[in-house]
Amino acid sequence: MPITVEIAEPGATEDHFDEVFSYFDYVDNKFSPYKKESELALVNAGSVAADDLSEDMCVILDLAEETKRETGGYFDVRNRAGFLDPSGLVKGWAIKNAADILERQGFQNFYVDAGGDIEARGRNEKGEPWTVGIRNPFASGGIAKTVRLTGRGIATSGSYERGNHIYDPHDRQNKLTDIVSLTVIGPNVYEADRFATAAFAMGKAGIGFIEKLEGLEGYSIDRGGIATMTTGFKKYVA
Amino acid sequence: MKKIFLSLSLIAAFFVYIAFKRFDGEGAIRPATNPAASSGTPPSSPSAPVATSAPSAAVTTQPAPAPAQPQGQYKNGNYIGSVADAYFGNVQVKAVIKNGAIADVQFLQYPNTHSYSIEVNSQAMPYLTQEAVQSQNANVDIISGATQTSLAFIQSLGDALAQAKN
Repeated sequence: MPITVEIAEPGATEDHFDEVFSYFDYVDNKFSPYKKESELALVNAGSVAADDLSEDMCVILDLAEETKRETGGYFDVRNRAGFLDPSGLVKGWAIKNAADILERQGFQNFYVDAGGDIEARGRNEKGEPWTVGIRNPFASGGIAKTVRLTGRGIATSGSYERGNHIYDPHDRQNKLTDIVSLTVIGPNVYEADRFATAAFAMGKAGIGFIEKLEGLEGYSIDRGGIATMTTGFKKYVA
Repeated sequence: MKKIFLSLSLIAAFFVYIAFKRFDGEGAIRPATNPAASSGTPPSSPSAPVATSAPSAAVTTQPAPAPAQPQGQYKNGNYIGSVADAYFGNVQVKAVIKNGAIADVQFLQYPNTHSYSIEVNSQAMPYLTQEAVQSQNANVDIISGATQTSLAFIQSLGDALAQAKN
């Protein structure tokens, strides 16, 4: 997963970036479902006692429970086989934590982008809010909409990314093909990411779910190329 | 750096698609059905001289011009994919095969409809604004969404590659 960090102010050194990238390494080593020695893999293998879970693992499991409650069960970290797979939560959480690291280092104008989910704070080098394009799912390299963000997180869930990796936990045969892309803008990327994942799993009803949540705006694109946006989304449109 | 990642995932998408097609029965070679568009295909342009309205009839095949046939997977030549209907416009690509491999993929048709907004009644909420998605210039700081390519694009490219199969 490509990770990009841009700091739009003087004073950034390699050490600053290294700290951020080391943090992503740490998270990956702990939560990767693909690494045999990750804590997550060990938990799934049943070789970690509940008392021995790391602090971060406990945080993620708590956040997963909370998110499952808030999304009516549409966000479930247990996958089809019954194993824990909190990827949909960990990514946004890690990006936000990485942005917090940059802020602790003294920076105010930067973004952190991990695989298309973004925390954008402050302003770009022109002194303007960051411009973020929502990828056009129908045209390679094209974008469907441009928004301007400062102090916000944005995340997009889509059936075109990594295959159909999100499914409806209430109807596991539901292929979710009606909506091809659902983008959420929130107060930070953690909120945006988890609600984008959950809303995408709701299919056509997902955008209505985002509409009801305070502080979150959304833009969904269906397979016919029609986009539906929440009422407050317009304020971000460039 | 970002561009490199993008290209890599695009290339990866091709190979995934190719692998998928090889195990899929529908990858049959299509006969030439429309020799009208057989040669001198112009470079990537939305006004390419190919059928635009009837998706099923728009498949055209070009004969491989190069007799040299290395061990690559595809026959050399230019292959025009089917018109994939994206509702608000059509997507059609041309695959250029050189040395048995994909050398270039060009867009012949690309949705670029005029923007319009309508208010529609949504069951979940009283009124949410809808609009037809139109492609914009990607002149932005960052892009949200994964670095994979589109369904319509894959569909049209898959058709072009099916024609190019040995």
